[in-house]
This record gives sequence, structure tokens and C-alpha cells, in this order.
Amino acid sequence: MQRLIFLCAFLYCMSTNTAAQDCNITFKGRIIDFHDKTPILGASIAVINLNRYTTSNMDGVFEINNLCKGKIILEVKHISCETKQITIDIYKSINKEIFLEHHLEELNEVVVKTNTKTEQSSVEQSIKKAVIEEYTDKSLGDALHTISGVSSLSTGNSIVKPMIHGLHSSRLLIINNNVRMFDQEWGDEHAPNVDINASDRIDVIKGANTLKYGSDAIGGLILLKPKRYAVKDSLFGSTLSSFNSNGLGGSLNSEIIKTYKSGYYAKFQMNYKQFGDFEAPNYNLTNTGLKSLNGSFRFGYNSFEKGFDAYYSYVNNEFGILKASHIGNVNDLDNAIDSPLPGVIEDFSYTKDFPKQAIVHHLGKIEAYKRFKGFGKLTVQYDFQINRRKEFDLRRGALKNTPVIDLRLFTTSLQPNLQIDYFDNLKINTGLLLRYQQNDAVSGTGTSPLIPDFNKYDAGMYAIGNYNLNETTEISTGIRYDFTDINANKEYNVTDWQETYNYDELFPEFESGAIRGTDIPTNPRFTYHNISASLGLSKKFDNNIELLANYGLASRVPNPSELFSEGLHHSVARIETGFLTIGKEIANKFILSLEKNSNDFGFAISPYYNQINGFVQLIPVGITTTIRGAFPVWEYNQIDAQIFGVDIDVNKKISKNFTYIASLSLLQGDNLTDDIPLIHMPATNFSNRLSYVNANLNQLKISLSHKTILQQNRFPDYNFFTYNATIQEDVFVDISSTPPTYSLFGLSTSAVFKVFKKGSVKLEFNIENIFNKSYREHLNRLRYFSNDLGRNYNLKLKINY
Amino acid sequence: MKITNTIKITKLLAILFISVCTFTACSDDDDDHDHESEEELITTVNYTLTNGSDVVTLKFSDPDGDGPIEPVYDIVGDLTANSTYIGMIELLNETESPAEDITEEVKEEADEHEFFYTSDVSGLTITKTDTDGNGNPLGVETSLTTVGAGSGTLTIVLKHEPTKPNDGSSSSAGGSTDVEITFDVTIN
Repeated sequence: MQRLIFLCAFLYCMSTNTAAQDCNITFKGRIIDFHDKTPILGASIAVINLNRYTTSNMDGVFEINNLCKGKIILEVKHISCETKQITIDIYKSINKEIFLEHHLEELNEVVVKTNTKTEQSSVEQSIKKAVIEEYTDKSLGDALHTISGVSSLSTGNSIVKPMIHGLHSSRLLIINNNVRMFDQEWGDEHAPNVDINASDRIDVIKGANTLKYGSDAIGGLILLKPKRYAVKDSLFGSTLSSFNSNGLGGSLNSEIIKTYKSGYYAKFQMNYKQFGDFEAPNYNLTNTGLKSLNGSFRFGYNSFEKGFDAYYSYVNNEFGILKASHIGNVNDLDNAIDSPLPGVIEDFSYTKDFPKQAIVHHLGKIEAYKRFKGFGKLTVQYDFQINRRKEFDLRRGALKNTPVIDLRLFTTSLQPNLQIDYFDNLKINTGLLLRYQQNDAVSGTGTSPLIPDFNKYDAGMYAIGNYNLNETTEISTGIRYDFTDINANKEYNVTDWQETYNYDELFPEFESGAIRGTDIPTNPRFTYHNISASLGLSKKFDNNIELLANYGLASRVPNPSELFSEGLHHSVARIETGFLTIGKEIANKFILSLEKNSNDFGFAISPYYNQINGFVQLIPVGITTTIRGAFPVWEYNQIDAQIFGVDIDVNKKISKNFTYIASLSLLQGDNLTDDIPLIHMPATNFSNRLSYVNANLNQLKISLSHKTILQQNRFPDYNFFTYNATIQEDVFVDISSTPPTYSLFGLSTSAVFKVFKKGSVKLEFNIENIFNKSYREHLNRLRYFSNDLGRNYNLKLKINY
Repeated sequence: MKITNTIKITKLLAILFISVCTFTACSDDDDDHDHESEEELITTVNYTLTNGSDVVTLKFSDPDGDGPIEPVYDIVGDLTANSTYIGMIELLNETESPAEDITEEVKEEADEHEFFYTSDVSGLTITKTDTDGNGNPLGVETSLTTVGAGSGTLTIVLKHEPTKPNDGSSSSAGGSTDVEITFDVTIN
């Protein structure tokens, strides 16, 4: 029995009566594998408080004689299994059957070790509950910033999109509670609609090789995971409140959990967050406040053989967007770039004026599983999501309170999954996906919709195998096929359809035959077949060193904005055009990782190379004149691209109380077709953190952190000249140059106080941007208009009960 | 236990399906809204200059907004030297029928709008003669004075939510530009 999939131990107790005398007690046991009920040979059993050892024989049986009455601590070890301790009070000879089991994480509370992974052979990093709590009043994108190789594309400071190895939006899969998020994620200024407080752990998978969730994870995956609760009678909860000086706001998060010995559990969580205008070091960032109300409810039944989990979450976000970023034409943009201060600076306020976004996201799912002895586990999951996105711009008259963008996206899917763990060395995971999606460009906006109504059908199937070559080597391989059908309704301008884009010859089948005035109603319909594959290898060496190698083939179908967008985008003063001719994007990503997992000294060095054919990018191609003045025209096109780099993480325990953590990310992106740098690639950055922890003194923790982001010197030059009618000369519009290098420092302190019997209070005081540094980040889309955030004092109070 | 579970799951699924249906039921009620007319579009700017019977009109029209059809400049008449004209701006949305008068909306929200006029013709001055509710200039009504003969350009800018009052130049007033057009003018 050599199982590499670690974690074990599930106990069934059976006792028999035998005569008991002091120090004459016999403990008899049998160690059995749950899956095929075979006895486990060679497990080592130690009574650690008595310093006695034995091993199980061919039949899995062991025996410890001459035990005295009292408590014994039994430690059961088996190769590739995590050590398990059992404490038993013995007063007579007993016979115990011990089942070893590899799926503990699905049944019981798991103590997550630094090296516990979601996918055994993938290159991934995680953030735990403690870090999530540090970011309780921030966004997913902010929290993920703590991981090397993850940066973000942001719009101001509250709309933050995570970016893995330079890729974001449609190229990242965000899996919330096992449900793939569909929240109009294609948009650069559409932040993921998740409440990080609802999750217990967040994994970032940097390779494209987790095929279970989709074939299009060109950049990687982000998995938000809930906690598994122990099967026992318990009622507990916590309340976390946070207050910030910058933005004069904060959040309040409460959760309460009830678990039963029978396996039932329920959890209720609520979060409210509000901020007023944030401030840069020297001025107010007018209209950057936000308000967010989130809640989640979960209940289920958990036993080893069967169970279910029902989950519903509600996210309601309202984000103000920097008022100065609403501009009219390219001259306004040029004025903004040239001006050191934002165009509008008003006094602090909680009011959210225009522009702003209001998004509501519902997510519900139910999952049920049944385990079959000597075979595996069958899981069926049904989920639905409703996303309603409203974007408000500065408008006139009766349209003042009418959104310019109003989209409703409904997604529902059914996913059966079969996990076969019967074979000793091979684990197979296979499943199906059926998904329906409907986008509704809600009427009444008084504008033509950014993206049209469409219906989308997806069907997919996958099979993933994990094979243990030997005790230290594991190979995983997977293949996935996806079918996608998009059926849209969109009216084009006749001149555009026939002359500008030549669609009447390229896509005559999309025409309905009718022409309404200057418009032609069309019915674009596309079907795609996608194949994706993955190959992974993990090899363990001595001293906790592990080498991982991954290859992933991913393909992505174009998103609605790449196909259909057409029109003016205010905050960037540009006209954006998508094309029906945009095709699939195919990526080959290679990633290697050499890791040493240890608290004393650990590291991870992960180089990667991603080659993307048909990479879809949005770039400026010219200028058009409208009644509002001149606008640059940005068009989607496809090129061949490569992105490569390395992420390095180091942790070192300096002394009993001091630890040091550092990370470095290097990345280069190239547009191979035009032989120029790729647009919007994160710059080299590195961070350091020195922490002092004293477990004996109220778990006192003091950390000093630092992060430097170097100036991005590799960027494509899309600067241009435009005629400024007011001053009657051509002006140079520098949209490409990147802001200079900056370094930020932070301090965080925390201590835990035991205030009542069953509960504790954790107090935290943090300072972000200690030196109140004025800086601009090149991946912030509002960098033309204002500086980033200034200093913030943060106070957190967490009560566990 | 197993049966009760199955019943529970079935019930839950039923509830979920029902709730999904309720949530989405309203999505079928609004067909045929894919291409709405651009309600706040300004397609046409008319700047009419009147000095008694001497009427000069500067017209800019772009009936399809940022669509493929190029905008049209239509200038009727030349300005006369050493004269003072009364200027009136008219903004229209001609995609609506009848055409919508956007000037009215601008006047209603006069404190959030301002027109700016600039010209490189020597001696040509344009003064705003109307004000918003706060006594700051608006610029729908103007007075244009010419001195000598010559030719050059005249630029009209409409700003939405500019800083008011300002120093009179559109670039320092901030806000977002709703109109920015340049006419060629000749003074005889």
C-alpha cells in the first residue's frame, strides 16, 4: 500500500470486553484501507507517551501488551500518510479497527499546511484565512497582491482585477465555492464580484492545467474555498470590524456556524462595507467612495459516504469612480495627463455621484455526493448566477439617473463529476459540464448597448489522471473538450456592415434580409470546438525539496467585447471596436517550480514561459473626429505573443521570534507579430517582510513590510499627435509612458487577548503607505488623472466566540 | 437517513429552480431593444449670427454620431468687418423625429454647462451675454464683434460640469467636452 495522496485517518471504534487488570491491558488493532477494505501492512504504531513501538503485520493487525490503565497517545504512521495521533482512555483490553483514508479534507476540518495543495502537481500558492482577514475591507485583487507573480489591473483603488503573469479578465478563471464566476469578467473595469470574507482560503494556480473548471485558463485560476467543518456539536462565530483613516470607512463582518455530530452544518455570514472619498497624499480623490453589502448562507450534510452542500451568496457593490476621470475628448485627456492635479477636487464626502458602477451578483449552488466502496465518488453540482451591472456616467436632463450600461447576465450549469480512487496508484477525475448563459442588454439606457443580447451554450467533458510512478514521483495528465455556441442579436449600421467591415461578404449568413433605416439587424452565430490538455510532474527529494513541471494547452473563445463592442468609452476617451473576425486564442504554457517547504528556510523558484497564438489585444489605430472633438480609435486585433518570467519566494526563520519573507517577480511580454513589447505588462517588483512573533505574549505580532515596483521600461509606444482647436496647434498625447519606480512601506501589529472563557479578542493596528508617498501605478487605468492612495491608519477588532 | 436526504436535496433543487425562474422571468419582457436611438446625442450645432438683415450661419452636422458617415460643415454667408452680431447657439439631436432641442436641456442645467469661444482672427471677439442661475457666464447667447477683414477659424466648445467660475479658457475649466468644433470663417 503505497499511497502518495496523503492525509489519512478515519476512525471507527469497536470494543470488546476482556478482563482488565492494572498494567495487564492489551490493545489490539487492525489497520484497514477504506476504499478496498484491504489490510494495511507495515504501518508503524507508537504509544508515544510510553515510548513503545510496533508495526502492523500482513493482515494489518498489531498488538500492544502490558499497558497500564489510563490515557495512551497512539501515533499511527504509514508511508505517504500524514501522521495521525489518537488519544484513548483505556481501562480494559480493547480491539480497535482503524481505517486509513485519503479524503479527510472532505470530511473533517483540515489543518492546512503550507505545502498542502489543491492540485498535487500544479504550481500554486495560497492565502489563508489570516491573510484574508487582513484584507477584510479590501478586494480580492488586493489580497492576491501578496502572492508573487500576481499583480492587478485596477480602475482607481476599489475596482481591482487580479492579474496572473500579466494576464487578466477572460484569461483567468475565478472559481468561487466550486462555481466558475460569470460576472461580465471581460471588462477591464469589471472587478470580480466576490466577497473575500466568505472564503477560508484562496488558491492561485499559475499554470493552465486545472482542466476541471474550463479549457480557457490561459493565465491561470483563482480558487476561493470555503472551510470544511469538523463533524461535532458546536456553535461558534466571529465578528471582525475594521476602521480606516483613509476614506473614513471600514467594514463589519460577522459569521456564525453551527455544526452537528450527525454531520449537518450551517453557516451564515454578512459583510457591510462603506467608504467615503479616499485621499491621495495631497488631495481628495473626489467621488471614489464605495458601499458594499454581502451575505452568504450555507448548509449541508457531511459524512464520509454521502453528503450535500447548498450555498447562496449575494454581493451588492456600488463604486464611485474618480470624478476627474470623466472626460470628453482627447484634448481633455491631454489636459489631464499634463496636469499634476485631477481636474475636480472637492471636499470629502460619502456621496457617490457620477460616474459610478452598481453591481448585484447572486450565486447559488447545490452539490451532492455519494461515495461507492471500492470505486470512488460521484458528485453532481447545479449552480446559477445572476449578474446585473449598471454603469452611470455624467448625463444631461431626464437621463441623469439612467445608466449608460445596463446588462443582466444569467448563467446556469450542471456538472456531474466522478472521482475514481479504486486503483492504488491511479486516481481518475472525470466529468461533464452543461451550461447555458443569457445576456440581456436591458432596455431604457438611451444608448446602443456595449454588448448585445446573446444566448450561449457550453458543453464540455474532461478526464484527468494522477498516477504515482513511485513514492516520490507523481504524473498527472488531462484532456478536455469544450463546445461553445454563441447566438447574438445585434444591429449594425449598414455602411459599417457593408463597407467599413465588409461583413456582408464575410458573414452573409448573419443577415436577416431586412434593413431598418440606416440599420441592419443581424444574427451573428458562432460555434467553437476547443481542446485543452495538461501534463504535470512532481518529484519529491530529501529535505522537503520538490520539483514540479507543468505544461498546459489552453484555448479561449473570444469574449463579447472582442466580438461586438462598438462605441465610445468615456473614462479613457476612446472609441473601442470589436470584430466578428476575431478568432480563438491558443496558449501553451510551461512552468517549472523548485520548492523547499520548511518554516526554517524555504523557497520557491518558478520560471515560466507562455506562448499565445492569436492573442487578442486592444490597441489604438487612428483618430476620428466627432462633434465632441477628436477621439482615438482603439481596435481589437490578434497577434502572436509570448510572456515569460520567474517568480521567486523565500522564507527564513532568523531566530525564535523573527522571520523574514521576500519575493521577486520578473516578467517580459512580447508582441511577436510586430516585434514590440506587449501592452499592459506588470513591471519587475519585489517585496520584503520582517516579522516578530511572540506566542507567549498575547501572540504579539509586529511586521514591517516593503514593496517596490520598478518603472516599466518595456511598453509599446502608442503616443500620438492631435489637433487642439482651442490653442490651434498640434499637441502630443503621451498615453504610453509609464510612471516612475515607487516603494511603499507598511507596518502591521496584532495581539490576541483572552477575555472570556470560550472566546478571544484580536486587536490589530496597521499603517499602509507609512511615508505618505505620492505615486502612480502604470496598471491603474486612472493613472492619467490622479495619484494613488496616501497613508492609511487601520484598526481592526476581531472577536471569536 | 438516505431517503430523507434525497428528499431534502430534491426539495432544495426544486426551490432553486423556482427561484431561478422567478429571477429570470422578467428578462423576456423587453424584446427589440438592441439598438436604441442615442437619446442624448448631439448631432447638430447651429451658430446663427445676426446683425439686422445680415445673417451668417455656421452649421455642423454629424447625423450618425460616431458612426461611419463623415460630419458636414455648412457655412452660409461671410462676416462683415467692423460689425457686431448677436450670436445664438442651437444644439439638436436629429436622430429623433422631430429633432430634439438639446439647447433647452443645457439651459435648464445652466450651472453645469458653459460654452467657450476662441478664434485666431485678429480683432474678432466673442462675449457671452447670458448667465446661469449663479450669475456665471453660460454662452448660449453671445455678442460677436469684428474689426478688420481677414480669415481664420472659430472654435466652439461646450463643457459639461466645468469649474464655474473659471478664467474663461476651456482647458483650465476642466469638465468633460460635449462639443468641440472648428469652423473656417471669413470677414469681408
